[in-house]
Amino acid sequence: MIRVGVVGLGKMGLSHHALLNAHPEVEVVGVCDSAKYVLGVLEKNTGVATYSDYGRLLEEAKPEAVVIATPSRFHVEMVRTALERDIHVFCEKPLTLTAADADLLAGLAAERGLVTQVGYHNRFVAAFQEVKRLLDFGAIGEVTHVMGEAYGPVVLKPKGKTWRSSKSEGGGCLFDYAAHVINLVHWYMGAPVGVGGTVLPRIFSSETDDGALSTLYFEGGRTGQISVDWSDESYRKMTTRVTIWGTAGRIFADRQEVQAYLREDAKIPEGYEEGWNLRYTTELTKPVWFYLRGEEYSAQLEAFVERVGRGEAEGEGGFESAAITDRTIAMMVADAERGPSTLAGGLDDEITTAATPRRRRLWRKAA
Amino acid sequence: MSIAPDAVGPAQVSSATGLDRLLFGDNQFFGINHMSEEKARAQAMRFREVEAVIDVLDAAYEEGVRTFMCTTHDRIALVCDHMRANPERYSGFAFYPGMPYAHKYANAVTENGMLGAVKRFLPEEGLFDAAIRGGASLAKKDVEGMTTLLIDAEMKMFQGLRTPVIFLQNLVVDLLLGLGFKDAFRVFADHVRERYGAEPGFITMNLPLLLRVLDEVGIEDPVVCANINKIGFRMCGGLDAYEAALREHRCRAIAMSVYASGAIPPAEAIEWVCEQPNIHSIVFGASSRANIRNTRELVASHWEL
Repeated sequence: MIRVGVVGLGKMGLSHHALLNAHPEVEVVGVCDSAKYVLGVLEKNTGVATYSDYGRLLEEAKPEAVVIATPSRFHVEMVRTALERDIHVFCEKPLTLTAADADLLAGLAAERGLVTQVGYHNRFVAAFQEVKRLLDFGAIGEVTHVMGEAYGPVVLKPKGKTWRSSKSEGGGCLFDYAAHVINLVHWYMGAPVGVGGTVLPRIFSSETDDGALSTLYFEGGRTGQISVDWSDESYRKMTTRVTIWGTAGRIFADRQEVQAYLREDAKIPEGYEEGWNLRYTTELTKPVWFYLRGEEYSAQLEAFVERVGRGEAEGEGGFESAAITDRTIAMMVADAERGPSTLAGGLDDEITTAATPRRRRLWRKAA
Repeated sequence: MSIAPDAVGPAQVSSATGLDRLLFGDNQFFGINHMSEEKARAQAMRFREVEAVIDVLDAAYEEGVRTFMCTTHDRIALVCDHMRANPERYSGFAFYPGMPYAHKYANAVTENGMLGAVKRFLPEEGLFDAAIRGGASLAKKDVEGMTTLLIDAEMKMFQGLRTPVIFLQNLVVDLLLGLGFKDAFRVFADHVRERYGAEPGFITMNLPLLLRVLDEVGIEDPVVCANINKIGFRMCGGLDAYEAALREHRCRAIAMSVYASGAIPPAEAIEWVCEQPNIHSIVFGASSRANIRNTRELVASHWEL
C-alpha cells in the first residue's frame, strides 16, 4: 500500500481523494484543508483522518506521497516542504506562478530523485496520446505548425472575488485554463524559444484575463498558435483541441476523436491508411480502476502511483515539463505587456528604413 | 410486435419490476455525444427550441416509449411545463429525473467554494425554513438536512408530474462511492421514498463496486443504471466483473450507452445487451422517430415488450 495525503479539498482535491481512496494499492492517510466544515463532514462520514495544518499532516500521517490541490499561490511552499522531506508530489496545475519557482522545484525534485507530476490531464487523454504516438512515429512528416485551442463557459459575467479572480494568486484564464493547452502544445513541439503577438484580453473579469492568444516559436522555424477563451458560453464545458500540420499530413484531435489526414508519401503507421483516418475515444481509451469525471483523471493518478511504487523519477508530466509551461506563461505575460510590435502609423517608416526592430512602449494595454 | 404508424403503442412496463423496459434518454437534446464534438454541436443546434425536443418526445410516446429519463437541466423545466399543460395527452408519461445537473454545481463550487455553492442552490421558496434546516445541518456537520434540501430544490420542476424513479447522477454517486461516503446513499433513498413515493435510482460508472456498497448499507434490490455495452466502454472493473456483479446482486439494472456512442452497430449492440443477466431496462437516446422505432423493434426481437 502506498500512503498518500491529499491537500486542498476543492473540486480537484475532492476528486483526487475519491479516486485515490478507491485505488486498491493506495491508502489515503490524511486529508488537509483550511475549511473545517468540509473536514468535519468527511471525518464523520468517511472516517478519513483530517488535518487543518499541512505540517501536522506530514508529521503525523507520514505520507510517502502528497497530492496538492490548493490555490496556486500556495503550491511553491507546500511542494518544497514535501520535497525537503523526501515526499513524492503530485501537484495541480499550474505548478507555480513564476518560471524561477518552477525551475527551483524541478531542480530540487531531480536532486532528490523524487517522483513528481503535475495535473496536466490532457497527457492522459487517449486521443491526445494517440496524437503523440503519431507524431513520434513521424506519420505527418516534419511538423510545421500547431494550433492549440480551448474554449468554455467559465466566466460569463462580471462577478465577485475569489482567488481565481485575482491575478497575484494565480487566477485568470492564462494560468488556470490556457496552461492546459500550452502544456499540450509543448508536449508535442518541445519548449518554445520565443513568443510573440500575445494578447490576454479581459472580457468580464476586472483584474484578470479571460482569454489568451499567442504565437509560439519553436526550434527549426516551427510555429504554434494558442487561442483560448473561457468566456464562451457556446461550449457546454471546457473543450480542448489541437490541429497539427506537417509536410506529410495533418492531424486534428479533441478529447473524443483523432482525425488524421496522411498523404501518399507519409510514413503510415499500422492500422492507418493514406487519406483520412478516424479514431474515436471509445476504441482508444483504456479502462481505469475507477471512473469519476473522465478516464484521464484516473489514468494520471494511476501513472503517478505506479511510479511512486517503483521509485521511478522519470515519467510523463513531471515538474520539468510543467516548468516549461510556467516559463512559456511568463514569456506570454511579458510579451502581452508590450502590445503590438508593428503599428499602422509606423508602417511606411519601417519599410523605407528597414530598421532593426525596436521595443515600442507606445501601446499599453487599455486600463 | 409491430404497430401502425399513427397508433399509440403500448407502454412497456414490466409488471414484475415496476420498471419500464425501454426508457428514453436526454443526452441528444443537450449536445452530449461521447464520440464527436461536431455531432454534439449539430444536435445542440437542432434542439435549440424546446418544441424540437417535445416533437421527439411525442414521437417516442407514440412509439410506446413513455418514460423520459432526464437530467434536471433548466430546459427540462420547459418540457415539464408542456406536460403539465396537457395532462390528458400525456397521461401515460413518466419522468425518471436524474439529479443534480452536475455542471451547474461544479461551476458553482469553483466560483463560490463548497459552502457558497450549497447556499446558491437552496430553494427560494420557504427560504426561512430552508435556511434554518441548512444552517443547523452544517453546524451539526450532518449532511442529511442539506442533502434533502438540495433534492427538493431539484425536484421542484417536476411538481404534479409522475416521477416513479428518481436517480442520483453518476458524478455524485461515484464521488460519494470513491470517498466512502456510504450513508449518503441511504439518506437519498429514504428521502426519495418518503417525500416523493418514488424508487431511488443510482447511476454509476463503477457498477460492481456500487452494488457491493448498496448491499452494505442495506438498500435492497436497488435500481441502478450504468454503461453496459459489448465493448466494455466506460465499464470500470471490466466486462467480467460486471457480469459477475449482475449475477450476484439482486438489483434492477438499466443499461445505458448500449451503442457506446455509436461504436457498436445497433443490432449487434442490442443483441448482446439483451443476453446479459439481470438487465431489466435499456435507456437510449435518439433524435428521430425512425431511430426510436428501430431501437424499439430491435429490443422487441429479444425481449417481450
